[in-house]
Amino acid sequence: MTDLYQSQRTMRAMRRAALQRGVVAVLDIGTSKIACLILRFDGPDRLLLTEGVGSLAGQSSFRVIGAATTRARGMRIGEIDTMPETERAIRTAVQAAQKMAMVRVDHAIVCMSGGQPRSYGLAGEAEIEADHVTEADVARVLAACDVPDYGDGREVLHAQPVNFALDHRTGMGDPRGQIGNRLACDMHMLTVDTALIQNLLYCIKRCDLELAGLASSAYVSGISSLVEDEQELGAACIDMGGGATGLSIFIKKHMIFADTVRLGGDHVTLDISKGLQIPLSVAERIKTFHGGVVATGMDDRDMIELGGDTGDWDHDRRTVSRAELIGIIRPRMEELLEDVRERLDAAGFDHLPSQQIVLTGGASQMPGLDVLAPKILGQQVRIGRPMRVHGLPQAATGAAFSSAVGLCLFAANPQDEWWDFEIPADRYPTRSLKRAVKWFKDNW
Amino acid sequence: MRPIGRFRDPAPSRWSYRLHRLMLTPGFRLFLRAGLPALCVFGLVSGYLADPDRRQMLVDYGTDLRVQIEQRPEFMVKLMAIEGASDEVAEDLREIIPIDFPISSFDLELEQIRVRAEEIDAVANAAVRIKPGGVLTVTVIEREPSVVWRGRDGLELLDAEGHRVASLDRRATRSDLPLLAGDGADAAVPEALELFEVSELIAPRIRGLLRVGARRWDVILDRDQRILLPEDDAVSALQRVIGLDQVQDLLARDLTVVDMRNPDRPTLRMTTDAAESFRETSMSIWEPASR
Repeated sequence: MTDLYQSQRTMRAMRRAALQRGVVAVLDIGTSKIACLILRFDGPDRLLLTEGVGSLAGQSSFRVIGAATTRARGMRIGEIDTMPETERAIRTAVQAAQKMAMVRVDHAIVCMSGGQPRSYGLAGEAEIEADHVTEADVARVLAACDVPDYGDGREVLHAQPVNFALDHRTGMGDPRGQIGNRLACDMHMLTVDTALIQNLLYCIKRCDLELAGLASSAYVSGISSLVEDEQELGAACIDMGGGATGLSIFIKKHMIFADTVRLGGDHVTLDISKGLQIPLSVAERIKTFHGGVVATGMDDRDMIELGGDTGDWDHDRRTVSRAELIGIIRPRMEELLEDVRERLDAAGFDHLPSQQIVLTGGASQMPGLDVLAPKILGQQVRIGRPMRVHGLPQAATGAAFSSAVGLCLFAANPQDEWWDFEIPADRYPTRSLKRAVKWFKDNW
Repeated sequence: MRPIGRFRDPAPSRWSYRLHRLMLTPGFRLFLRAGLPALCVFGLVSGYLADPDRRQMLVDYGTDLRVQIEQRPEFMVKLMAIEGASDEVAEDLREIIPIDFPISSFDLELEQIRVRAEEIDAVANAAVRIKPGGVLTVTVIEREPSVVWRGRDGLELLDAEGHRVASLDRRATRSDLPLLAGDGADAAVPEALELFEVSELIAPRIRGLLRVGARRWDVILDRDQRILLPEDDAVSALQRVIGLDQVQDLLARDLTVVDMRNPDRPTLRMTTDAAESFRETSMSIWEPASR
């Protein structure tokens, strides 16, 4: 665990350095596209990293000065498949964004959807030492959480305290300064594959960037797409990406669950490509221009030219009706939404007071999804778009950019995580100097 | 219809990516904008100047250019005009300021010319300037001779401050000026002039003033008379003598010396004849009574 502390703390320090410098790149590495936004932190509350929500939810402190999107390459289901290709795609995006911003960035905050994230709920409790709760007590209670055996080859991505209970009062956001005897906390921990993070680190390093933060894309798109009352009362954000669909459940402004369905828009494209026997790029184009999930009588007469350049006239002049296209798309979307429903049920989403579901991500732009989704997910479904941030180009305001925008907010206003608190002294290695200092402090 | 050849990779290569990032680095941009040109210029110039022949050529070129400018007709001085000087002084000036015209005005040291002109005794003040048209003008204010001094080196003309103006061959050439004599007389010319001024009434009788022991004046009159004046306040002493002369015709009497060296005790020295006749007269007056 000390290892984890160390690497995450290094990243935290790096992010602080980036904010000090004022420029940081936000990199959303998806299966179908890689988006790079360059943020400049300035203004009076440039280094305002205090708790609580500032004016404009911390948005006033930063501005997007560069944005670039490029087709992702070498990615599969949100994971890096061909590393040199991915590295090139990252370089393309970063260079274009740098060109637009006319600054050089050295720090990147990255989010990814793959790696099979797994959620764990942790609980811990500890007696408090003084009469009121101090930061050290919070650290101790966090350290007292019993970490489950999440297996080899897994890495903790997020470990956020979501609830504190002092004696018999629960539901506290911040217990510091309160008087009591026994502090308990609930923590949400998210683990991903180590291999994913290692590959990512390698790619980022090959691009001469420093990793200043790492987030799950399900989490960050929840930050950007859910409005405040949804985050407070309980809602699920479903980020329908290219290769994977991330889902995150929020309540009381904390993420309590995250998962991934390994299906996405690319699978729809693949289905079209296979079903109509056309290249992937044409399939993607037809999906984007003519796709839908609800067929009407009109769609039978709406013929779509498939095109082609094989030289065979019959092959190149094929047409397909829109109804046929919808017939290919719809089962896949249904399958996807049913998988999501299954995961939500497994997470106990039914028991939340409010069951708002927000669909976002590139695949959520499919026409007719607002009709199909309520049939599977329940009545409280809406299609969400990310909130607006300063300086974001019009082209990057769509639902496909919800995780990039969420990553901006995450960079500006990070949630306190486990490693932001001091490690309790008794967890230090035996021959640590800090432990000696602590012993002296306690005894003199 | 399929495009022939390799699919073009839109991604920048690793090196072009690095180069792009380097070009966005502020320090490197500053270096490119300011440091590199400066370095290039410095390198080129120092490379060019490394050869001593080229350095010499540059120096020669500079000198040549300077000479060319100096030799332009606008800057040439063609003649010298002397204003306010008599012919002899002008002659002297031309002799003492040897300039072979035409000469560039850059080569003329006007201050030096002025100092040299003022070295001439007869010149009280000289102003030197170059007038448009290439004329070097020396404006001279001459000293006015006011006394003739017969010193050890012969006759000399002195101005009112006692500065030498010129030497004189014969006293007769400047008989209008009063005569001084004796060592150190030139140092006391103002006092002498004052004395001449107050002695206007006896002016026809005055032959000259004699400086005695370089500290006091004797007024030499005709008929071998002289008035010995004190060191201090000689003027009032002389005035007293002149007053006596006016009232009692003192100087018309048979005296040789009126001694005013001690103002409290003026003394007369009579001629031998006068003394004898005085003695006889006084004896004839006093003898019967004394006997």
